[in-house]
Amino acid sequence: MLSPNSLQVVLPEDWRAGGFGLYVHWPFCQAKCPYCDFNSHVAAEIDQNRWMRVYCSEIRRIGAETQGRILDTVFFGGGTPSLMNPDLVAEIMDTIRATWPTSNSFEVTLEANPTSVEAARFHGYRDAGVNRLSMGFQALNDPDLRALGRLHTVAEAQTAFTLARDTFDRVSFDLIYARQNQTLSDWRRELSKALSMAADHLSLYQLTIEDGTAFGKRHTAGGLPGLPDEDLAADMYFATQELCAKAGLPAYEVSNHAAAGAHSRHNLIYWQGGDYAGIGPGAHGRLTLNGTRFATETPLTPSAWLGKVEKIGNGENPRTAIPGSDQAAEYLMMGLRISEGISLSRHAAMANISLNSNIINELRDNRFIETDGDTLRVTAKGRPVLNAVIRALLP
Amino acid sequence: MTDLEHIRNFSIVAHIDHGKSTLADRLIQLTGTVAERDMQAQILDSMDIERERGITIKANSVRIEYPAKDGQTYILNLIDTPGHVDFAYEVSRSMRAVEGSLLVVDATQGVEAQTLANVYHAIDADHEIVPILNKIDLPASEPEKVCEQIEDVIGIDASDAVHVSAKTGVGIPDVLEAIVTRLPAPKGDRDAPLKAMLVDSWYDSYLGVVVMIRVMDGTIKKGDRIRMMQTNAVYGVDKLAVLKPEMQDIKELGPGEIGVFTASIKQVRDTRVGDTITSEKSGTEMALPGFKPAQPVVFCGLFPVDNAEFEDLRDAIDKLALNDASFSFEMETSAALGFGFRCGFLGLLHLEVIRDRLEREYDIELITTAPSVIYHVFMRDGTTLELHNPADMPDMTHVDHIEEPRIKATILVPDEYLGDVLKLCQDRRGIQIDLTYAGSRAMVVYDLPLNEVVFDFYDRLKSVTKGYASFDYQMIGYREDALVKMSVLVNEEPVDALSMMVHRDRAEARGRLMCEKLKELIPRHMFKIPIQAAIGGRVIARETLSAMRKDVTAKCYGGDATRKKKLLEKQKKGKKKMREFGRVSIPQEAFINALKMDG
Ligand SMILES: Nc1nc2c(ncn2[C@@H]2O[C@H](COP(=O)(O)OP(=O)(O)OP(=O)(O)O)[C@@H](O)[C@H]2O)c(=O)[nH]1
Ligand SMILES: C[S@@+](CC[C@H](N)C(=O)[O-])C[C@H]1O[C@@H](n2cnc3c(N)ncnc32)[C@H](O)[C@@H]1O
Ligand code: SF4
Ligand SMILES: [Mg+2]
Repeated sequence: MLSPNSLQVVLPEDWRAGGFGLYVHWPFCQAKCPYCDFNSHVAAEIDQNRWMRVYCSEIRRIGAETQGRILDTVFFGGGTPSLMNPDLVAEIMDTIRATWPTSNSFEVTLEANPTSVEAARFHGYRDAGVNRLSMGFQALNDPDLRALGRLHTVAEAQTAFTLARDTFDRVSFDLIYARQNQTLSDWRRELSKALSMAADHLSLYQLTIEDGTAFGKRHTAGGLPGLPDEDLAADMYFATQELCAKAGLPAYEVSNHAAAGAHSRHNLIYWQGGDYAGIGPGAHGRLTLNGTRFATETPLTPSAWLGKVEKIGNGENPRTAIPGSDQAAEYLMMGLRISEGISLSRHAAMANISLNSNIINELRDNRFIETDGDTLRVTAKGRPVLNAVIRALLP
Repeated sequence: MTDLEHIRNFSIVAHIDHGKSTLADRLIQLTGTVAERDMQAQILDSMDIERERGITIKANSVRIEYPAKDGQTYILNLIDTPGHVDFAYEVSRSMRAVEGSLLVVDATQGVEAQTLANVYHAIDADHEIVPILNKIDLPASEPEKVCEQIEDVIGIDASDAVHVSAKTGVGIPDVLEAIVTRLPAPKGDRDAPLKAMLVDSWYDSYLGVVVMIRVMDGTIKKGDRIRMMQTNAVYGVDKLAVLKPEMQDIKELGPGEIGVFTASIKQVRDTRVGDTITSEKSGTEMALPGFKPAQPVVFCGLFPVDNAEFEDLRDAIDKLALNDASFSFEMETSAALGFGFRCGFLGLLHLEVIRDRLEREYDIELITTAPSVIYHVFMRDGTTLELHNPADMPDMTHVDHIEEPRIKATILVPDEYLGDVLKLCQDRRGIQIDLTYAGSRAMVVYDLPLNEVVFDFYDRLKSVTKGYASFDYQMIGYREDALVKMSVLVNEEPVDALSMMVHRDRAEARGRLMCEKLKELIPRHMFKIPIQAAIGGRVIARETLSAMRKDVTAKCYGGDATRKKKLLEKQKKGKKKMREFGRVSIPQEAFINALKMDG
């Protein structure tokens, strides 16, 4: 049972349970990949000095609102942040350090595409303060890389990876599985190879066909043959769990695998319901200020965002307060993704009511979820059907 | 007012897709009725659903002015009609308002089943017929051969058929001249009491009920007090107009003219197509014969997804019925689906169109139950029952025998597909009546049970003949057969809306197909779901839908939190479109699609 006291601890500083991070969005890529629906653009010329001024101004603005906090993480995401000049990254990092005290385990991640051009900048990023690199490999054979519209080869990726490991404390890479015509044994082989290369972290995503992307349009038009059906996708998912666990990189989230303690701290902030500021075009944030949790969002196009910051000194669209019930729904959706699950008392404090015990019991009896004191988590059986579990649990 | 000698009224009729609406476009264009910049292909097909499907569903009328070679200007009233068999009622109704027909035949396809059916309608209506050979721009066109076919198969003179391309405009001036010189002028007496035929009506959200009329005798003006002879309702004419095809006000309509009026008509039921309209005082005594009512042959239940929308659905159905006299409805209640309507249609396409129009034009989401025909159930106690809904089937122990409706189907098919067509008809319990040849095509006549035809016969016919067969049918009466009610159980719960009447010998095959289909149509759930077909208490087929294995979103980071929430909300809303049977959600499309036998 919960004491009334424990509820008070939870609010209004609930975010502290998740930590505080900063997301910096770099919206440019060399070419647009056909599967990707991230906010990325291809531009002929980018005035990086202008971006530097605008990013730094946004950091100072957020900093003024979050005085007294300690910053746990920074994440340069994209787009392709490895197209940023190391000088730009260094200037941003200097401004960050001048704005917040940073935690002892301060994590600074940058997403990189594994081409040789980008690898040449690795030392510069490290000197700027980046201590973790997340590399987008996507596939480990050249024909598939071409089908995914990638500009690198496996050999290039391997060279970039070796250099990255020599340069950074922590390196992870991403693969996309359930690709066209990929068989279960293809994937097992590819994943084994990946595990033999990997350091202590891997992100393994099932290919998602997103509306509005080139793949999405082809798919709707009846193209894109050879995609796996639900059963094959499930088999691939289970093979992934098995091989990764055996290799000492068990899943700590639906698609993320790490050795003990090697998880991405920044991403855990999202899943644990922490606060994060988002700057850059199309960046989202969650900020708790004076007991109210806000969702922040910025204009999607680079020019609109830059112009807004330059004109009015603030890149955000009007903020919206998130009602407790929505906070609770968000916490449930994000928190059940990770193996540690959610705290029922935290959830109840946000929602103001507890989850439906009949549904909990039914899901538990069918071994989709398990409870352990104050903790609710999905089981190995429940995780692959998490959306259905969440739909059942949401009011 | 135009004198009778300078009026020509005609309908354009043809088999589906032979180019009626495109021909109407060219007539409208060449006479400058619509400004060039406002012109678009199949301009008369104004409903979204017509434009999407590329077919005409409603007959549409337009008034054209044509300065003929004889130096005189004529008023032409054209009615473009639908070609699909489900909308044949629109054609026969339209023909009653005019004196002649342009019979369009695609010169690459030749005479088809609806070409024949439409000629018979035109002959019934005493029409002068002008044959038009269309699509002569296409290399595959064979106008001479098709002319011969018209003479052989239909038996009308085709020696002066007009050769045109409705696409390029070749021959269109000849069509206009033929209309003036070969079609008769209407007759009528300007000084007699008003006698006008109510040809069509529809609901316009600005103008209210709009009534389309053909004046036979007398005149009608704005401000006139008029009476609907069937209902005795009296109204004052607020607005009088002609269709060009936009409404254009006109002072007066006289004999032979076609136009529309509004009259603040509140009671939608007061306007009945085929009714005679006369003046309130000293009107005519002699009503026009009226139209033969259409006989709906397919029935299904329509229920609002959201039960609170029942009254909206009632209102929408009332308004839509105004525009479609061939559609009938009465209230129905169902344990699983709540309040709704049992509706009658002329065929499955008609059903789909009405459902679509209700959803779009009135913004009501609907659940459609399994379509059925009317069975005659003869009880042991000597009473008879008209069964519209298999769910209402009485206990078999009280039933003496059941009769089902049969049709006479006429199918025209190129030789090479004859075998496939015969097989299809046999599979559907057909009895061959006739088989003759017209050129390189066979004309197959079959006696078929209607319930084997309504669901998907037309689709199957098109697919086995690669689109080369054409089809028309008529009801011929009822016959006894060994029919039983097959029920469907999903997760051990009977689903009434899916029960159907089947022939005993086919029940097992039907049941198996139905279970297989449902297995495809019902999304996987978190648990496995048995799907069974049963007759009485005996299970005749069974499938198992396995449990969902993977649905989790692969990537979900900071920016996705909002997006994912929206997605889940959408999914929750989508779930509302399904109906819960026990713990299982069945999507609305499943109720119709499960019955299609394309296996
Ligand atoms: N090449 C060519 N195509 C034509 C001609 N006339 C019509 N078409 C095409 O044939 C198709 C059907 O034309 P419609 O005018 O919609 O036919 P319809 O008879 O009104 O069809 P329904 O109303 O559905 O019965 C369209 O794709 C037209 O573009 C023609 O003279 N030549
Ligand atoms: C911000 S993205 C891309 C980062 C970097 N620009 C790159 O392409 O390597 C992060 C990761 O999401 C994954 N991803 C992107 N689109 C995806 C999709 N449609 N389905 C599955 N995974 C996807 C890829 O593995 C990608 O590395
Ligand atoms: S996958 Fe990466 S490189 Fe490709 S378009 Fe998306 S963000 Fe850019
Ligand atoms: Mg048409």
